Parts: sequence; C-alpha cells; structure tokens
Amino acid sequence: MSSLRIPVTAQDHSTGPEDAKVVLVEYGDYQCPYCGAAYPVVKELLAEHGNQIRFIFRNFPLADVHAEAVDAAFVAEFAGEHGKYWEAHDLLFENQGRLGRTLYEEICTTLGLSLVELRTAAESRQYLARIQADEEGGIRSGVNGTPTFFLNGQRLDGGTAELPSAISAALGHDR
Amino acid sequence: MGHGMQWIGDLMPDDTPSILPAGTPAPDFALKVTADQVLNLSELRGAPVVLAFYPADWSPVCGDELSVVNAALPLLHERHAQVLAVSVDNVWSHEAFAQAHGLHFPLLSDFEPKGEVSRRYGAYDEVTGESRRALFVIDAAGTIAWSYLSPVALNPGVDGVLDALGALPPAPNTTAQ
Repeated sequence: MSSLRIPVTAQDHSTGPEDAKVVLVEYGDYQCPYCGAAYPVVKELLAEHGNQIRFIFRNFPLADVHAEAVDAAFVAEFAGEHGKYWEAHDLLFENQGRLGRTLYEEICTTLGLSLVELRTAAESRQYLARIQADEEGGIRSGVNGTPTFFLNGQRLDGGTAELPSAISAALGHDR
Repeated sequence: MGHGMQWIGDLMPDDTPSILPAGTPAPDFALKVTADQVLNLSELRGAPVVLAFYPADWSPVCGDELSVVNAALPLLHERHAQVLAVSVDNVWSHEAFAQAHGLHFPLLSDFEPKGEVSRRYGAYDEVTGESRRALFVIDAAGTIAWSYLSPVALNPGVDGVLDALGALPPAPNTTAQ
C-alpha cells in the first residue's frame, strides 16, 4: 500500500491541532473537478471534527490538463505568505468555474493583498519551486490522481467517497 | 477476494496468467506509435524502460493514471528511464487521447493482432478484451527488474516504479542523450 513519504512539517499549510491523532493530507489541483467535488466534503468533516483533525493541503497541479492549476496554486501560496492561505484556498475552490486572472485579482483585493506584490512574485516565479516540490513528494508517495488523500500516512484508495467513513473509523479507533 | 466478487472469479479462466516476474527477459515487440511509425522495445536497450499497460484510452481512471505518469516524467527522466504506455486502442484513438491530456510519452497500439504483446507479458484480460493495469520496469540490459499488477479500478501511482528505478544499478551508458 502506498504511504506518505514526505512528513508533515510546520512548512505545510494546515488546520487543526498540531498534535491531532488524525492527520489528513490532501494532494489536490484547484482546477480538477474531482477536487472541487471533494472540497465541500472535507469542509463538512472539518466543521464537524476539526478540533480532532489536522488537515494539510499540498499542491498537485496537473498542468498539462489544467491550464490554470499552477497559477491558482501560486495565488494560494502568495496568500499563504501573508497569512491568508485558507481564505484563498476556499475562494479558489468556491469559484472553480472562474479560475483566471480576474478571479485572482478579486481574491487578493478581497483578502487585502497587494496586487503589485502578486505581480512581483509572479515575475520572479517565487512559489513555483515549492509547488513543484509538493508535486514531486506526492508522486514519490503514490499520488495516483487528484485528489489523493493520505489518512495517518496511508493512501485512501477509495478516494473522496471513502473519506467520511475512514475519518470516523480513525476517530473512533483513536478515542 | 471478497465473496461479492465471486462471480467474476467464476468467469475468469482458471489458467489466467500472472504477469511476467522480475528476472524474466522482457519479450521484444514492435508496436505502432503512430500510423506510420513503429517502435521496437530493443531499440531502447541501454537505458531503463517503464512499460505501463492500461485498459483503455478515455476511461477516467486511465486518464488520471497517465496524467500522473506525465507529471512524473521529470523524475523518471532523472533516472534516465523511457516511458511507454500500451493499450489495445488504435493509433488514432491514442493520438487524440494523448493530445487531449497533453501526454509527452508514446502510447503504443497493441491492436493487431489484438492484445498479443499484452498477452506475452501476462497483462491481457481475456474476459474484457483489454490490457490489465500492469507496470514493468525493464533494466538497461532488457531484463524485467520489477513488475506490478494493480486492480483494474485502482490507479497504481508511480511510487513503486520510482523505487524500482532507484534500486537499479547505475547503467554503464547513461550519458546524456
């Protein structure tokens, strides 16, 4: 069975307690419709059990299929540098049908982030190395499509459909 | 296998072959890459080859599997490996599929006689008439170094392939091409 090779660290974008017994890592692509469909499922699970789950999102943009995937990930990383990662993450998924420059600028404005800084970061390709490192780590760990979830280090082969039952099993066993 | 799958088990011939294991010389083949281009496996001798059999173009699972292989190409090329994917679809389907998914590696057509190469690797499903989801890593000398059969509904990912490539001894002639 495939397992997470890149340990969760403080460098990751995460929600929930750092010492949570249930650690959920998602490798996702902001333009992938299946990730868009998984977004409300994860959101609901975190609303219900967020105080017991550490959730981590890592980039896995399939750039050859999804022209906006890398740019969208870039915007999330830019927002993250200014402490607004999850706000941008949510807005990107909630507006998945409108990915593109207009949306990115709208998100930055909504979150009070400087468009000038965004452009400067884009010109220097600032976050691309991190995005690529996320993706390589995912490949090494056996990411087999998007989204791929790792629950406490083990790949969930049932995908999003398996997520609610796998989470409650993990919470139950650990209680 | 769970009892829910028993009927499929009953449909399978008892002599369903297993895929060729590590240590077996990789059977050579000549398959069409495009309408007028044929690729021989033996042409690639001297560098490792990743051979990925998959059931069909256009099925969502395969699209994901090959998209991940596509994303993994820089890591595979770092290990000097060539990637070939094989299904029973014809060259025109392959061409459209590769274009739609932006695939940067050859899709080989095991079309006539249908499934013959897949069968030689033990990677043909006689019931569905498609290739099974089998992965092979072939070393620079043409010997299978690693093989893996994934359940048909499950994308294998590339982790096993990368591990197998990492375990190969450094090839004598891996100078940049």
